[in-house]
Parts: sequence; C-alpha cells; structure tokens
Amino acid sequence: MNTPTKNISRLTALVAVSLLALTGCATAAEPAKTAPAGDSVTIADGWVKATDEDMSAAFGTLTNSGSSDVTVVSAETDVAGMVELHETVENEAGEMIMREIEGGFSIPADGSLLLEPGADHIMLMGLTGPLTAGDEVTVTLTFSDDSTYEFTAPVKDYSGANETYEEGDEHEGMDH
Amino acid sequence: MPSRTEGARSDRSGSTRRQFLLGGAVAGVGAVAAIGADYALNRQDADATTPSPPMNGEETVPFFGTHQAGIDTAAQAHGLFLALDLLDSTDREGLTRLLRILTDDAARLTQGKAALADSEPELATAPARLTITFGFGPRLVARAAASGPAWLAPLPAFSIDRLQPEFSDGDLLLQIAADDPLTVAHAARMLMKDARSFASLRWSQQGFRRAYGTERPGTTMRNLFGQVDGTANPQPGTTEFDGVVWAADGWLAGGTGMVVRRIRMDLDKWDRLDRSGREASVGRTLAKGAPLTGTKESDEPDFDATTAVGFPVIPQFAHMRRARGDDGEKIFRRAYNYDERPVGEGVSESGLIFVSFQADIGRQYTPMQQRLADLDLLNEWTTPIGSAVFAIPPGCGEGGFIGETLLAVTS
Repeated sequence: MNTPTKNISRLTALVAVSLLALTGCATAAEPAKTAPAGDSVTIADGWVKATDEDMSAAFGTLTNSGSSDVTVVSAETDVAGMVELHETVENEAGEMIMREIEGGFSIPADGSLLLEPGADHIMLMGLTGPLTAGDEVTVTLTFSDDSTYEFTAPVKDYSGANETYEEGDEHEGMDH
Repeated sequence: MPSRTEGARSDRSGSTRRQFLLGGAVAGVGAVAAIGADYALNRQDADATTPSPPMNGEETVPFFGTHQAGIDTAAQAHGLFLALDLLDSTDREGLTRLLRILTDDAARLTQGKAALADSEPELATAPARLTITFGFGPRLVARAAASGPAWLAPLPAFSIDRLQPEFSDGDLLLQIAADDPLTVAHAARMLMKDARSFASLRWSQQGFRRAYGTERPGTTMRNLFGQVDGTANPQPGTTEFDGVVWAADGWLAGGTGMVVRRIRMDLDKWDRLDRSGREASVGRTLAKGAPLTGTKESDEPDFDATTAVGFPVIPQFAHMRRARGDDGEKIFRRAYNYDERPVGEGVSESGLIFVSFQADIGRQYTPMQQRLADLDLLNEWTTPIGSAVFAIPPGCGEGGFIGETLLAVTS
C-alpha cells in the first residue's frame, strides 16, 4: 500500500508532466492547411440501381479521410438531366418518403456517410436512357469549397429503393 | 443471539449487535467474494489475451488466383450446382456484363462481405469456406463467338443412360459450396438475382457431404450406398493432380473440364443385396474402403489375385476394375450426395451428384465411362439421369472477371 506522501508526490509529478506536454503542444503546433474536400473523400462499394424508367439512385460509402468536416452540395452525371442529394424521412402519414436534403451531405472528419436504399442517397432524375445491369455510371460530387470528386459505379438490378418522392417547391412529385 | 421477540421490542440495540455479528460475517464473505472476483477477473484478462480459436464460419478461401477456387479446395459440406441458360437477348456484350457482375458478387461473398446491392448483408458474414466456381457450356462459348475444346459437348450416349433434360446440359454453371447451408442459400440467391436479366435457371442440384466437424478433414466421403467413395483420387497440391486437372491451352489454360452426372441409386434394390455382394460390386470393403485384396484403404488393388478356387478376388465386373485405366485416364472426383423428397410410394429419392474435373474429358473421362457402361456390376443399382459437360475457365485477378480469357479471344 502506498503511503499518503508517496501518492502526493506522484500526483504532482503527473500534473507537472501534463503541463509540460500541453506547453509543448502549444508552442510546437501550427494550424494545418486544409486539403480540398474533393481530395479527402473516396467512395467504397458504390453502385447504381438499374431501371427502364426516369429515375434511379446511386449508393455507396463516402469516407472523409481529412481533418475537417466536408459537405457535398451537389452532384452531376452524364446519364441524368438532374441530380439531387436525398434523405429518407417519415412524413406525417407515417410513410417513408425521400426528399432533397437541406444543406447537402455532411461527412465528418475521419468519418463516413453511408448512402443506401431507405436512407441518404444520390438521386438521378431525367435519365437519358435505361440503366442496365453491368453498365457503369460516372458521378461527380461538388463540395462546399468548390472542389470535386469523381467516381464510377456499376449498375445493378435491385427491387427495393422504391420510396415515394415528396417534392420540394420547384419539382413535381413522382412515384417510382 | 437475541430472541426474535427481544429483538422486536428492543430492536435498535439488538439489531446493532446482530448487524455487527452479521456485518462481520458479511465482511468476511465479502472479502472472500472480492478476492474471488478479483481472481476471476484476472483469469478472464489472461484468457482474453490468448485468442479463442476462430469459428469455421469465419474461414475463407481466396477468390482471385490462377485457378478458380472450388476445385482443389477441400470439399465443403454443402454443394449446390445451378445450370443457367442464356436468354436469347444476351449477346456477347451482355455476357461480358453478366460475368463481371457475377465475378464481383462471388469475390465479395466468398470473403465474407455482402455483395453490392445485397438486400440481406447479414447473411454474408459467415463465409464458412464458400467457393463459387463458374463453368461454360458449349452454347455460352458460341455466344462469345469463340470455339472451345473438342470435348466441350454433351457426352456420347451411353447404354445405361436414362437422361432427363431437366438435369442435363446448360450454358452457365455455378458451383456454390460452403460448410454452411445458409451461406450457400444466400450466395445462390444473390447470384441468381443478378443473373435474372441475362439467363434463366435450367436445373438445380443440391448435395451434401459430412457436416464440418463430423469427421477428420481428409476422410474419404461415403455415398448413400454406404460405400467409401473417392479413394483413388489425385491429391490436390501434387504434380499428379496438376497434370490430371489443369488445362494448358488457349483461353482454357489454368482451367479444366467438368463432368456433372446425376446418378440415381435404387436403394430398395440395394437392400436386397447382401454385404459380400455389395463389396464385390465395387471391389472394395464396406468397412474401410480397402480393396478386397488388401487391408487398408490406401492399398493398391491386386487385380491378378485369385481365390483358392481360381476366381479373381476383385471380380471382372467390379466397378473399380472396370474404371481403372492407364495413367492417361485419371480424373479428380469431387462428388456430393443427394437425397430428395421421395416420389409416389418410394421411401427415398437419392443418389450421387457425380462431379469430376480433368483437363481433357475426351481422353481422360469418356473411355472410362464407356467401359463402365459396357460392363459394371454397379449399374444394377445406379442409373445416370442427368449429364452435363462444362469448360471451367481459369481464375482471374482483382479488377478482372471470370471468363475474360474467353471474351478476349475474338475482341
């Protein structure tokens, strides 16, 4: 068993070391230059739902390896006339519906955002043609700092991802 | 100790004394309990540092490589064989897309990861040595505007055959095998969903061997006749195996040929055969699978040995003697038992999904099968009711796909 005196001197030493460490941090560190968001983000397991109709969606896991949070504000692709960033929420009637997300997709520093059916996803609307299983779709994401990230994802058959779209003011509502 | 009545009336002092006594006792017990807990915690920590052995469900077989997995892989407990026919609308370009998708599914699922767009990702997390092996029938090779080896065609008709189209031929074969049946079911569904736009299911044959953990790995399987089945089999990892199995030419280099024949067993008729008759039908003992002229399963049979009366110990019509050919006729067997719902008044509907891999089916398999069709006592109790031949393409690397060598041929 330690004697009280030993404990006190240990504590003092510990505090002293901590203070030194903090001081060391304060003088040595400089604020790091923030890398462009587009350079810090990658997608894994990306895929796009096959369809003959007018709308589809892209899914996958977006990972932000940077030290600052990033925000995807928009996206575009050659296969769709219009691309929106969507969330899936419960409406007043208790149904799950999808709608444009306010403020875009925020991906925390050193974190991930999962885009999947029934949750956040990239909505592809006004498709230029059918998307067939095995095709590849290239999507470009734009971040709040104007940087971009481009990825290519395969098209896959999938029966789900059929949430009703509830329009904002500018768009017409559609079922799909 | 104060009496109960006394304690009730003068409870404070009484209880104090009782508490003191009990408290001391509790302290004693508490101290022992505390020491015990401390001992247990420390032991737990010690055990936590020695990792527990992994569950077989976590075991994976690598997908990418020179050869496809599922051929030299130790046979898993559950095997499912799916033959698909390409839709007329699937052209060469569609075939490429199909094979890319299925390769990606297989590469993920075999490593215990959900496929893309997998609606039951939790069913992918216990791969249990899952392998998914792809085979190409003659029509698929033609659809790829290429030509295949001469043996890539239905086998010649044998007199013993009673083939049902429902178990024969096919454009694309999927051999899905794992030690866990749920794993196999999920993989099959995922692959079939993704194939739906390109092909339809022609037939499905589901089979089994011993469950993982029932026998020592490497034990030769038994079929539903009760026989040790597969003794004289080349060993994966040997030069003999490599020579027997792997093709060397053209787009098939690194691949092999596959024969899948559904062999129906007449178990009711087998019941009427006594034990010595059963052993004579193959030429091996039932107890250990040893040749009738030997004592151990691994003993070489002596086809010249005769009984005291002068008859051959291993009968002329025994399956093993009839199957034995020269060194140019070796095959690698990887069969599965099947046991389906009985039909009509039958008690069983069982047999063997015979599967063999060999580099040149015409040279290594067909002459032997012809000898067996001509004479093999075992034919009394077996009937081939399905037959299919596939070319097994080589493996691929990451970013590639199974069938890329075939589709590169004319591009």
